[in-house]
Amino acid sequence: MDQKYRRVAYYPGCALEGSGHAYNRSTKAVGKALGLDLVEVKNWNCCGAMEVKNIDPKLQTYLSSRVMSIAANDMGFDTVMAPCNGCYHNLKKAEHDLGQDPESRAVAERLSSKAGHKTYEAGQIETIHALDWIKDAIGEDGIRTRVKNSLAGLKIANYYGCMYTRPRHIFPEKDQGADSESTSDPHFMDDILAAAGAEIVSFPLKTACCGGAHTLSDSDTSTKLVLNILKAAELAGADVIATECPTCHSGLEMHQIRAEKVFGERTGVKILYFTQLLGLALGLTPRKVGVQENISDPMELLKEKALA
Amino acid sequence: MPIHEKSLIRPENLETHESLVLDDVDVSGHWSTFISPRVVTDYNEALEDEIAALPGGQNIHRCWQCGSCTNACTVNALNPDFNPRFWIYLVRMGMEEELLRDKEIIWQCVSCHKCTTVCPRDVEPEGVMKAMAHWLELKGHQATSPSSHFDDVFSEQVIETGKIEEGRIVRDFFRRTGQPLMQDWLVEMIKRLIRHLPVTLLARMGLATLVRPRTRAWGPARAAIQDYVAEERVRQRAALGLDGEPGSARPGLPDAAE
Repeated sequence: MDQKYRRVAYYPGCALEGSGHAYNRSTKAVGKALGLDLVEVKNWNCCGAMEVKNIDPKLQTYLSSRVMSIAANDMGFDTVMAPCNGCYHNLKKAEHDLGQDPESRAVAERLSSKAGHKTYEAGQIETIHALDWIKDAIGEDGIRTRVKNSLAGLKIANYYGCMYTRPRHIFPEKDQGADSESTSDPHFMDDILAAAGAEIVSFPLKTACCGGAHTLSDSDTSTKLVLNILKAAELAGADVIATECPTCHSGLEMHQIRAEKVFGERTGVKILYFTQLLGLALGLTPRKVGVQENISDPMELLKEKALA
Repeated sequence: MPIHEKSLIRPENLETHESLVLDDVDVSGHWSTFISPRVVTDYNEALEDEIAALPGGQNIHRCWQCGSCTNACTVNALNPDFNPRFWIYLVRMGMEEELLRDKEIIWQCVSCHKCTTVCPRDVEPEGVMKAMAHWLELKGHQATSPSSHFDDVFSEQVIETGKIEEGRIVRDFFRRTGQPLMQDWLVEMIKRLIRHLPVTLLARMGLATLVRPRTRAWGPARAAIQDYVAEERVRQRAALGLDGEPGSARPGLPDAAE
């Protein structure tokens, strides 16, 4: 274990300052509990999420490149950790396009120079997800030795969503043998939460789409997709769906309610960020990991499992 | 071309006959079904180039019609009429009128990138779907879709301040699409959300709607982005044979309506 990720630049992104605040809170709390150093990217901007690329993909590449340029050129980092799948995906996509596509590079150069900062050069930054961060900096053995409050008896379905693994070509480090993450059957969250003592259920929809891009603009489609995921998790016997993306997380929570209100379909599975679950296992209180901010109120379940 | 999952022949163009006699020969049972003949005058031979000129559409020419995209498609599983492979075929054949039959659902792609992951020809069908949806709007075949409104509201905020504030996005989106903000399920969600929230967090969330989060010293980036987006829009309209005046306001531009 080389533990090269013990000190990284941290890019929370817009959602983690809003609806995904509990993810921000629990990520920082877990980092602190594990003695890891997160240094927030200075004066960051939005990566473009799933929307700006529909106006212009090269503009989205520029927006993501500015974040990496600050981390590399102003702060001297070579690694950016982004817990949001959207941010993570876009920084990876920008890295790919700037390396492969001269037109994208030309637009990034033009906008960077007019905006008054150094142009990001492909290769300066390695972007990692919060899952890579925990997996590398602490590892499963490290987690096992630090667990104070085992998740034993908690049945978890791990939900990774779309942007963490697709499209495959922007994640060249994945599918590289046993230790690497898989794009068809991702397992880093399974590994981490299993090390924290949880019972991981076999969940066939771990990379299904929640319809997050159209959560408001085509709500019926999103509700149907989310309902599939919730029902599949319940069918697999899960008490909890663990998430690693603020858009997936709030999509599951919102459309769980919408399914109830609009389709009359009620599901009881609880939705928690993997960092909240890991934090609880490390002995942090529910409040420290922001459980009071979750809409699908899991407190009763956590008390029943002696986690709160 | 191997086309398995969708017939190119619409049911109303199939002529079936119970018993059919041609030139005094009874051919019933052998040749009882015909396709209505027609003289095609509505090919748009520029269609593929027009889609390729819009963001995301540039690789459409690589498609060899294997159907992997449709097979993998999230939306196709909910609605079999949502068929990226078929639409790519129509565009490449220049069959504009046929494409327009599905104009009301093409925007519904959820960008899950399953198609792009499975495509053996690097067509990036997800981008092609977005290009088709934009083409329909730019050509005036289809009103701005809810998805495009959402993209606009979102991108305008990013261009304006460098960041987004979710509450403002929701409010602006519902206003622009003429929907009431007080939807049953949203109200229920907010009720459940605030049940356990500490006062300090509520205050912080309230503050964010008054004091917008923004990237400092964003002005030069904003100006550079606005210039770039305006140039791209002119280029795209020219590629589609449209004049310089935009039909609808697009984000972050000096002349944007409202």
